[in-house]
Amino acid sequence: MLLYKIFIDPFVQMGASPDLFVQTLWEGLVAGVLYALIALGFVLIFKASGVFNFAQGIMVVFGALTLVGIYEILVRWGISQENVAAFLALGLTIGVMFLLAFAVERIVLKPLVNQPDIILFMATFGLTYFLIGFGEYVFGGSSKVMIADQLYLPKGFIDLKILGGVVSLQKIDIAAAVIASIMVTGLALFFSKTRIGRALRAVADSHKAALSVGISLDQIWVIVWFASGLVALVTGIMWGARSEVSFALEVIALRALPVLILGGFTSIPGAIVGGLIIGIGEKLGDFYWGALLGRGIESWLAYFIALVFLLFRPQGLFGEKIIERV
Amino acid sequence: MRMKALIIAAAIGTVAGSAFVATASAEDTIYVPLFTYRTGPFAVSGIPIANGMHDYLEMLNQRDGGIGGVKLAIEECETGYDTKKGVECYETVKDKKPVMINPYSTGITLQIIPKASVDKIPVLSMAYGLSASANGTYFPWIFNAPATYWDGASVFVRYIAQKEGGVDKLKGKKIGLVHLDAPYGKEPIPVLEALAKDYGFELVLYPVPAAEMLNQSSLWLNVRRDKPDWIYMQGFGAMNPTAVKEAAKIGYPMDHLIGVWWAGNEADGVGAEGKGYQSLSFTNIGTNFPVIQDIMKHVVSKGKTQTTKDEVGLNFYNRAVYNAILIAEGIRNAQKLTGKKVVTGEDVRRGLETINLTEARLKEIGASDFAPITRVTCEDHNGHNDAFLVQWDGAKWNKASENIKPITDKVIPLADAAAKDYAEKNAGWPKRTEACDKSS
Repeated sequence: MLLYKIFIDPFVQMGASPDLFVQTLWEGLVAGVLYALIALGFVLIFKASGVFNFAQGIMVVFGALTLVGIYEILVRWGISQENVAAFLALGLTIGVMFLLAFAVERIVLKPLVNQPDIILFMATFGLTYFLIGFGEYVFGGSSKVMIADQLYLPKGFIDLKILGGVVSLQKIDIAAAVIASIMVTGLALFFSKTRIGRALRAVADSHKAALSVGISLDQIWVIVWFASGLVALVTGIMWGARSEVSFALEVIALRALPVLILGGFTSIPGAIVGGLIIGIGEKLGDFYWGALLGRGIESWLAYFIALVFLLFRPQGLFGEKIIERV
Repeated sequence: MRMKALIIAAAIGTVAGSAFVATASAEDTIYVPLFTYRTGPFAVSGIPIANGMHDYLEMLNQRDGGIGGVKLAIEECETGYDTKKGVECYETVKDKKPVMINPYSTGITLQIIPKASVDKIPVLSMAYGLSASANGTYFPWIFNAPATYWDGASVFVRYIAQKEGGVDKLKGKKIGLVHLDAPYGKEPIPVLEALAKDYGFELVLYPVPAAEMLNQSSLWLNVRRDKPDWIYMQGFGAMNPTAVKEAAKIGYPMDHLIGVWWAGNEADGVGAEGKGYQSLSFTNIGTNFPVIQDIMKHVVSKGKTQTTKDEVGLNFYNRAVYNAILIAEGIRNAQKLTGKKVVTGEDVRRGLETINLTEARLKEIGASDFAPITRVTCEDHNGHNDAFLVQWDGAKWNKASENIKPITDKVIPLADAAAKDYAEKNAGWPKRTEACDKSS
């Protein structure tokens, strides 16, 4: 009976309600693209500095709260056209994310050049708690509503009557998938085809060697932290529009961990493919096999999928195989 | 170097100064710590609750000079709704002689319950915490008036039975429980399982792990497939608005989604999308009550709070004001019973056990038609009060039903059995030795 429930019944269900199967795939795809986007923020900084940026999650919250906070201030100051205020707020928030990247480079990273990676990692812990406190001081702890309408993000849904049922596509999810895909592709091309991208790879290999050939470590770090900040802002806007803008968003960023385990900490394609595998895998797993395990299994299923992959590819899907000889 | 010396000197001065203030004030005040969460994923619920409790107690300080002429020393301890931090808060405040603890988290309450009788500090878990602790014989130090989570779940079942045309019509129905996968969220499961057995409905559980509060799409796909006739939601914080949005997304009939009283924050309605969503309640909403007007006059307008004017009177704010009314009644009763002005935790335990908020008493304190009539006795620390439904109209909550009685003939025997079971499983659980006061 148990074997039937594991190996037969889910596939019978898929065949019996193909619309639900397609709906699950769609939900997984949207989640996967967003996970990929979050993972990309981690990968960029890891490639540039060899550091797992623990603050990536709070940067998502900080970006989204800053956007909504600045928008509210602009409206209070009398900018009556909501869309103008929203795009002005977006521009200013991008500026804030740049200032944050600059400040992180100057105050946190620069004094720690050539220190062991664990020191830099711990510094990102400090940055996390500083941003939590600073964010709560400035914006308060209450949740806010993302200014999705004002930014012309679509709302409503499209019902596709197919496969003998209905597949419902939320327009915000379509927008999230499209924007995230464009952003992931753009950043992947930027960091693989441009001079800065090559410099980034040199920095990733060795800080000292990169400095010796004239690469400005300061500049690279500001660029990658700014790029990660932008990724965090977009993530915050999309997740915020799907749920709410609050400090709970920080937890979402940790969903990228199994993606990183799977895709490798240094691979941009790994982040993309890993995100999709985790997103689709966890939705299908929870939907068709979740009831066997008491439901609500998503939080650990993603790690399980990643660990199974690691059994076969310990370096991750696209990670480089490192052989250290004694 | 001079700068460093100045900083150290300033720090020493501050510490010494604050120690002095604490010592001087401890002698002539009543210390009321409030465990709050103004930060973290649950702050959306925690902020109005913290504000409501603080503002009522502060209003008593400003208007009446405290209770019985003794000022209340109100101190918040930030838990972030984290059980570990809550226990740390408890350990921090217990030496300052608090008259009671308000944990504001079922997880924290469960950790503190065994400590209460040892440290002689009563715990007030107002409409949350362990449902079985309503039994005063087994839990003389724990109070959870005016209703338990088991009462709430049974009110939900009674309501849907009314809507379906009778209890017998529940047979064969599918009822979902969407719950936070934490002690708080799991609390109504035993009573719903028992009622499912008695009334013949099928109970389907949908747990939401805290890490997945904002990521519920697969849960709601399960709901779409299972098609439960009704859903009860025991959610909190950011979980609720996400669930309401997801329910709307799959086209679930919103008036068939009913939240417990902690799933009825204004943010939980999520604007127009949540229109029709319902939540249980036992306190009324708005500012048109003398008690709220006094808070506005003596606290909010004087800037002695973190609350803005438009936050006063919202659902959770008013509920927290009711919580603070219970705190104040407990202290006031303790002063009457002992004849002392500055009362202790042991005195306030007796005070809480003699709470009798009649209609006349509610009117006297400006809370008529604001809060439920509440009576606590030695045996019953809860009251198992009625609840009613409020419905979200897209912008605000409106009262949507008359008072509905919990199914007490099922709930109370279950709670008593659970209390007995708790005591048996915890070896050495003390038998009640505390005397009952006459007025209870």
